Amino acid sequence: MGDGWAHVQNRAGKTRLAKWYMQFDDDEKQKLIEEVHAVVTVRDAKHTNFVEFRNFKIIYRRYAGLYFCICVDVNDNNLAYLEAIHNFVEVLNEYFHNVCELDLVFNFYKVYTVVDEMFLAGEIRETSQTKVLKQLLMLQSLE
Amino acid sequence: MPAVSKGDGMRGLAVFISDIRNCKSKEAEIKRINKELANIRSKFKGDKALDGYSKKKYVCKLLFIFLLGHDIDFGHMEAVNLLSSNKYTEKQIGYLFISVLVNSNSELIRLINNAIKNDLASRNPTFMCLALHCIANVGSREMGEAFAADIPRILVAGDSMDSVKQSAALCLLRLYKASPDLVPMGEWTARVVHLLNDQHMGVVTAAVSLITCLCKKNPDDFKTCVSLAVSRLSRIVSSASTDLQDYTYYFVPAPWLSVKLLRLLQCYPPPEDAAVKGRLVECLETVLNKAQEPPKSKKVQHSNAKNAILFETISLIIHYDSEPNLLVRACNQLGQFLQHRETNLRYLALESMCTLASSEFSHEAVKTHIDTVINALKTERDVSVRQRAADLLYAMCDRSNAKQIVSEMLRYLETADYAIREEIVLKVAILAEKYAVDYSWYVDTILNLIRIAGDYVSEEVWYRVLQIVTNRDDVQGYAAKTVFEALQAPACHENMVKVGGYILGEFGNLIAGDPRSSPPVQFSLLHSKFHLCSVATRALLLSTYIKFINLFPETKATIQGVLRAGSQLRNADVELQQRAVEYLTLSSVASTDVLATVLEEMPPFPERESSILAKLKRKKGPGAGSALDDSRRDPSSHDINGGVEPTPSTVSTPSPSADLLGLRAAPPPAAPPAPSGAGNLLVDVFSDSPAAQPGLGPSPEEAFLSELEPPAPESPMALLADPAPAADAGPEDIGPPIPEADELLNKFVCRNNGVLFENQLLQIGVKSEFRQNLGRMYLFYGNKTSVQFQNFSPTVVHPGDLQTHILSAWPSPAPPGSTPMIPVPRPVTWPLRALHSLR
Repeated sequence: MGDGWAHVQNRAGKTRLAKWYMQFDDDEKQKLIEEVHAVVTVRDAKHTNFVEFRNFKIIYRRYAGLYFCICVDVNDNNLAYLEAIHNFVEVLNEYFHNVCELDLVFNFYKVYTVVDEMFLAGEIRETSQTKVLKQLLMLQSLE
Repeated sequence: MPAVSKGDGMRGLAVFISDIRNCKSKEAEIKRINKELANIRSKFKGDKALDGYSKKKYVCKLLFIFLLGHDIDFGHMEAVNLLSSNKYTEKQIGYLFISVLVNSNSELIRLINNAIKNDLASRNPTFMCLALHCIANVGSREMGEAFAADIPRILVAGDSMDSVKQSAALCLLRLYKASPDLVPMGEWTARVVHLLNDQHMGVVTAAVSLITCLCKKNPDDFKTCVSLAVSRLSRIVSSASTDLQDYTYYFVPAPWLSVKLLRLLQCYPPPEDAAVKGRLVECLETVLNKAQEPPKSKKVQHSNAKNAILFETISLIIHYDSEPNLLVRACNQLGQFLQHRETNLRYLALESMCTLASSEFSHEAVKTHIDTVINALKTERDVSVRQRAADLLYAMCDRSNAKQIVSEMLRYLETADYAIREEIVLKVAILAEKYAVDYSWYVDTILNLIRIAGDYVSEEVWYRVLQIVTNRDDVQGYAAKTVFEALQAPACHENMVKVGGYILGEFGNLIAGDPRSSPPVQFSLLHSKFHLCSVATRALLLSTYIKFINLFPETKATIQGVLRAGSQLRNADVELQQRAVEYLTLSSVASTDVLATVLEEMPPFPERESSILAKLKRKKGPGAGSALDDSRRDPSSHDINGGVEPTPSTVSTPSPSADLLGLRAAPPPAAPPAPSGAGNLLVDVFSDSPAAQPGLGPSPEEAFLSELEPPAPESPMALLADPAPAADAGPEDIGPPIPEADELLNKFVCRNNGVLFENQLLQIGVKSEFRQNLGRMYLFYGNKTSVQFQNFSPTVVHPGDLQTHILSAWPSPAPPGSTPMIPVPRPVTWPLRALHSLR
């Protein structure tokens, strides 16, 4: 990511999570998300998981009804970020016990905690699922 | 059922969210939200102080409402209050709110910073991380000012917990990126480098990101990281899958850390230490070897993780560009991926190979895949993959495959997405020009471009074809014939009319002999398109018509009839009207000689850097550099297209003044004038062309000088004050430079006119004038003797690539006496930078 952002959207375009690693106004943010939505929702299996977008690129993957998109610098490693998305989804899955979209809605404030464990300042912070889950469970137990 | 944890039920929040979701319409949603906002507002203003749990709940609701897309203008104070709670869940919500709804109120900022300060000092790693994450997420200048000094200390402190170090590293990264001036390098930098040896891989991961960013601006401070990174990478790559248990992902050990280490190494040149370098090369070879082994898992996650490392390894190999063996192996590996069943891998292979194509070690290896790439261009279903294939064809193009590649790209252009057409047009134009041995092929290619994608053929492209046709006699006839045929197509693009109009106007005479393209036929063909064209094209056509009147007098009456028509003479567009009126008048009043002079064939165009290349670079942005930078490869193109022009500043002469006086040997053969883009191979197209000798041909900048009249013969200017000391050497021999040469020339540093040299026989005066980048010098020779000079032939010698005109002998011998002779108006004009070399 470096200078970029990450978001999770459903097919209808509702944003379930957005994490910004560079400065944008609120309406710029909205516009960017809408544009990305328009771009990724028309793609299917014959396309790559990478899209050039303005002077960035979007690495994305669809999980059921949700699109997980990371916007990165053009020099970043595509496959590394593709798997970073998957790693994150696996953690969510474990933490919420077969995660579904509603979990992200009702527990939105916790999803941010998961994000911050694994990504910070636009960089990958922790990749071990074991360690992340251990930390999350510990935090869960706190008052 | 959504998992609501035991710790902090916040049932109220869950109910509220359910209510919102159950709203049937936007209006209902807004109504519900407003109701809640009113409720929260009253709670916040209420007499009773809220307990922590309630505050947390309401702040969280506000946050939810904001994330739905509604503006929130209160709640910040309460959120800030939550920060001072000693309960994690309350702090967490407080920090989350202020990170998402960043507020610039200075009082709030002060309070927030205070809370952060307390948490950082708390020695509670959970609280410290919350604070660090907040700084990393907000990264404001005020936070930077408050904490930039503390974070490095926390990062390298011996007693910091691993998780704190991870967060501190990335927090520092954020602050550095936002306000580098607040994070000066210091003692901590060496300790940060040593974090690469930490036993907690998460700490190493975060540290590598930090170091990668810092070392870009401060390479020397961090150069010790290279050997540490190499040994870390080496240990990971050669580890068994049972080591690094927590960090093994689908049987791949620490893939993200490996990728980051490889990125870090790309910030530095290859290691100088032989042992380190050896270890690294071994490591890279291991990665390449592993790519050939059967996979440990069929899951795509395994292959993606493995290939992420592989592609980054290849990036590093390309970056070093010094190990031919590795480059070729990389190329072969990518070649295999070109036909992989996964689109992602085909895409990445095409992209990566593009960079390999520009390395001299791997260029030939890349070329072997041309058929696969052409096939990709034709059959790939994802347009971005097709684009990568087109980019790769462009990058691998050289003399041996230019014709094939250009024809494939033209075919691709016919069905290409509109968004990418202009880029392809530019690329095809560049390749066609660069690798044209046979210029009729070049002309065909450009005309094809106009035919296939006329809308995307920008001015730079068709100006260029006109320039080249003008400068090359050998292709003018072919161009005229081809463009004539192209114009006969029922619907031809306006750009074709422009090009055709210009070429027929200049060179239509070359095909006028054939009855099928006789002058009347040419004219009526062009005129049939006239009404369909834009103003600019019609203006161009009018110019062509007047040229026709000159070239083909038999068409004069017809064309004058057209010009005379009311639609031209009273045309609403000023330019068209003016042209019609002026051309009509010109054709009526000018004699054939005058007409012929005015409408003479255009002279060859002077050299300048290709604007097509500049336009492509602008389109592609900075990333285009490597694909377009071909100065390293294709050395044969230097021979065929001529060497790179020497710049004037590199030519040095010991005593330029001597050359000026012609006391040296005969001047060297006149070299072509130095082009402005000395390193640009494209300009070399003209250097071996006999037609491309513009020399002192008229050009806009020089126009002002051509109007200058030489001074009258009796002008006393040649005999100015300060006569130079007489020299002993006679002018009859060409001898060594006179000793006073430098001194004599020195006076011209500050003045333009004066006596350059004088002895008993001869006085030489100089008058010079300079405007902008051009200068002009007159040399006056005064006969001081009482006898006539016979066979007086002064020679002006210039170093290097300055143009020279040999002075011709005077028709009448110079009369004796002290009066100056008729000064020979032999102005020599040079661009000023060339004049510098005279010194």
